[in-house]
Amino acid sequence: MATSVRATSDGSPPSSRTARSSPRKSGGTGPPGGWRAKLYRLDTKASPYAYVAPFFLCFAAFGLFPLIYTGWLSLNRVELGTDAKWVGFHNYTQLWDNTFFWTALRNTFTLGLISTVPQLMMALGLAHLLNYKLRGRGFFRVAILAPYATSIAAATLVFVQLFNPDYGMINQLLGHVGIGNVSWDSSKWPAQIAISAIVTWRWTGYNALIYLAAMQAVPMDLYEAAALDGASRFRQFISVTIPSIRPTIFFTIIVSTIGATQLFGEPLMFGGNLGVSGGTDHQYQTLSLYMYDKGWQIGELGQASAVAWVMLLILLLIGAVQMLVVRSNRRKLGG
Amino acid sequence: MRTSGRTRKAAVIAVAGLATCATLITGCSSKSDNKSDGSTKSPSNEQITLRIGDFGSFGYDDKTGAALFAEYHKLHPNITIKEDNVADSGVYWNALKLHLNQNSGLDDIQAIEIGFVAEATKPQFASKFVDFSKVKGFNASDWVDYKEKEATTTDGQIIGLGTDIGPTAICYRKDMFKQAGLPTDRDTVAAQWNGDWQKFIDMGKQFKANGPKGVAWTDAAGGLFNAVLSSQTTQYTDDSGKLIYDSSPGVKTAWDLASQAVENGLTGKLDQFTDNWNSAFKNSKFATVACPSWMVGLVATNSGPANQGNWDVAQPPQAGNWGGSFLGVVKSGKHVAEATALAQWLTAAPQQVKVFQKFGNIPSTTAGLSDPAVLSTTNPYFGDTPIGKIFSATATSIKPAPIGPNDGLVKDTITKNGLLDMDQRGTSKDKAWSNVQAQIKDKVGDQG
Repeated sequence: MATSVRATSDGSPPSSRTARSSPRKSGGTGPPGGWRAKLYRLDTKASPYAYVAPFFLCFAAFGLFPLIYTGWLSLNRVELGTDAKWVGFHNYTQLWDNTFFWTALRNTFTLGLISTVPQLMMALGLAHLLNYKLRGRGFFRVAILAPYATSIAAATLVFVQLFNPDYGMINQLLGHVGIGNVSWDSSKWPAQIAISAIVTWRWTGYNALIYLAAMQAVPMDLYEAAALDGASRFRQFISVTIPSIRPTIFFTIIVSTIGATQLFGEPLMFGGNLGVSGGTDHQYQTLSLYMYDKGWQIGELGQASAVAWVMLLILLLIGAVQMLVVRSNRRKLGG
Repeated sequence: MRTSGRTRKAAVIAVAGLATCATLITGCSSKSDNKSDGSTKSPSNEQITLRIGDFGSFGYDDKTGAALFAEYHKLHPNITIKEDNVADSGVYWNALKLHLNQNSGLDDIQAIEIGFVAEATKPQFASKFVDFSKVKGFNASDWVDYKEKEATTTDGQIIGLGTDIGPTAICYRKDMFKQAGLPTDRDTVAAQWNGDWQKFIDMGKQFKANGPKGVAWTDAAGGLFNAVLSSQTTQYTDDSGKLIYDSSPGVKTAWDLASQAVENGLTGKLDQFTDNWNSAFKNSKFATVACPSWMVGLVATNSGPANQGNWDVAQPPQAGNWGGSFLGVVKSGKHVAEATALAQWLTAAPQQVKVFQKFGNIPSTTAGLSDPAVLSTTNPYFGDTPIGKIFSATATSIKPAPIGPNDGLVKDTITKNGLLDMDQRGTSKDKAWSNVQAQIKDKVGDQG
């Protein structure tokens, strides 16, 4: 290395390695417009791309390529193990006419709604409480993240036991308050509520921690001022906390929406043998399950790919709407 | 050195990143290295592990089964056998299809259930399996006449060796029959419903009127449907392989009977092979269950020692074949020759007899079926019922129906999304049937 540095200062042509490794030294002294300077410029311009390349190469291989390939597949009729045959938009028109697709879309929406909304509200409340000085704060902060660290499979299996209509604890408890046996597995709304309970249980703590991080950045003066003005803790929460962490709330809404649209593991495991079809009458078959059903149960990869692309489009659409809301909100705040 | 510090660090990061990427890529592809079949004719003294993928209970394992793996290891000390078992045959088959398609993650031997064997004989899957018709020592006539036909492709390739068949009898609770004032002796019981499934339903109505409260006549509408359907000569598919479930008289008979059972409240509203179903055995929630030979083991394990002696087995109203599987050898495996030999050994009559004696899966070979050891087998859990005689007799009177590639799927839709929906959610019979039709249309769609 030392020799190459000397070689450069001599003005003798450096190896490309030298030029790369000693840009600051040689850059200024080299003849302007010389190819060494070009190399230097190339280095400053191109090297960062080389450094970020690994991620983008991986992304291209495991993200972009599957995405495009799925798009291509969705325009073909392809069965598991056979060659693709071009059918244009046939798969999409078939989805449009398909009642099961619409059922799955509705289920995804309702499940997303009844799992995301209470989950985020509870997370906000929890974060607000944890933001106060309380004994064992560290323990509680770790504890609320524990459900997130549990595997979906393990959590769902436990919930399936709890919600078992014949032997489950929930029905026993409900029995004490005089509510008859709820068939958590076969009735539409009870099943959807049971599934969203799993989702909520798993993700509330995770969101609470994100909120907590954002709340820590809110200046304490605001709370003190509010307290001086006689604002209760609830009033402080509504008037100080929520406006201050609004961007974070939007972020969690977007992330949760994406998660809800792709809901798969919980209903699949919850349904057991009936998981893929989402219950006897598709009561909780989500779009992801429908896609899985089409792809691996039936082996119609083309139609499954079409479902995948519709899901992507729906997410983009929701994303765009949320973006607009955020933007108009920012304008309102004058930011 | 000084000058290169920053660059070096970045380079290290870049290399690390690329290495991660590379590991990911190779990690994914390393499984498919199995494809290289250079070692198929390896000398048989090499220490090898053969993997066998199956579902439910094949009765081979060393713990609860006939310990055939240990026995084979004793005969061939260089061969160790590992079993990859999945509980549900549908889940198993979906995964297997995916693995076959990608040629990775496959075991040396893969079991195929009868409901899916016709789909497995489609060219895209059949080409991945060893053709037994060309294997030395294979003789299709060793099996009962319909067995190997079911695993034969249109151009004559035989993709699997028959393991067991599913002659179906009825398992019933003697103690509950007594409480309901019904006969308890297995011959008398069988005589009462002999010849017609409708008589079985009628007995159920009697049971409901006089039997213990809170106990259903039979476990599941789906089970009853399968048992009735398996005794019909026309099922889902006609001779030409066309799906005719919609107009099939066999399906109509089975559907009508099963929905009649639902409408009369004779079923336990259960989905078979689930945890709830397992617990219902233990908690004595129903009095009868359609019992293919492979169900006998399940009844015993699920009901537990407390119910020993309460169960008995009677001849069914009509003989049928529900279930039975095949063992296929995957061509891309590392040790095809050894795997083929193992599959042949496992499905040979002497081994089938051992499995039956220990586990209840009835032999699919003619020699196995007529083996005195099978005929004289009794089951102590069922009060020394001569299950060997009962199932062999049923097996020989089976009239096989043609099967097709969509049978498994149609069966699942009818039993789970049709009958179970009626049973659990009170959907009307007509609505349930139109749901079934819509779903099968959606699923089979272009394929049909």
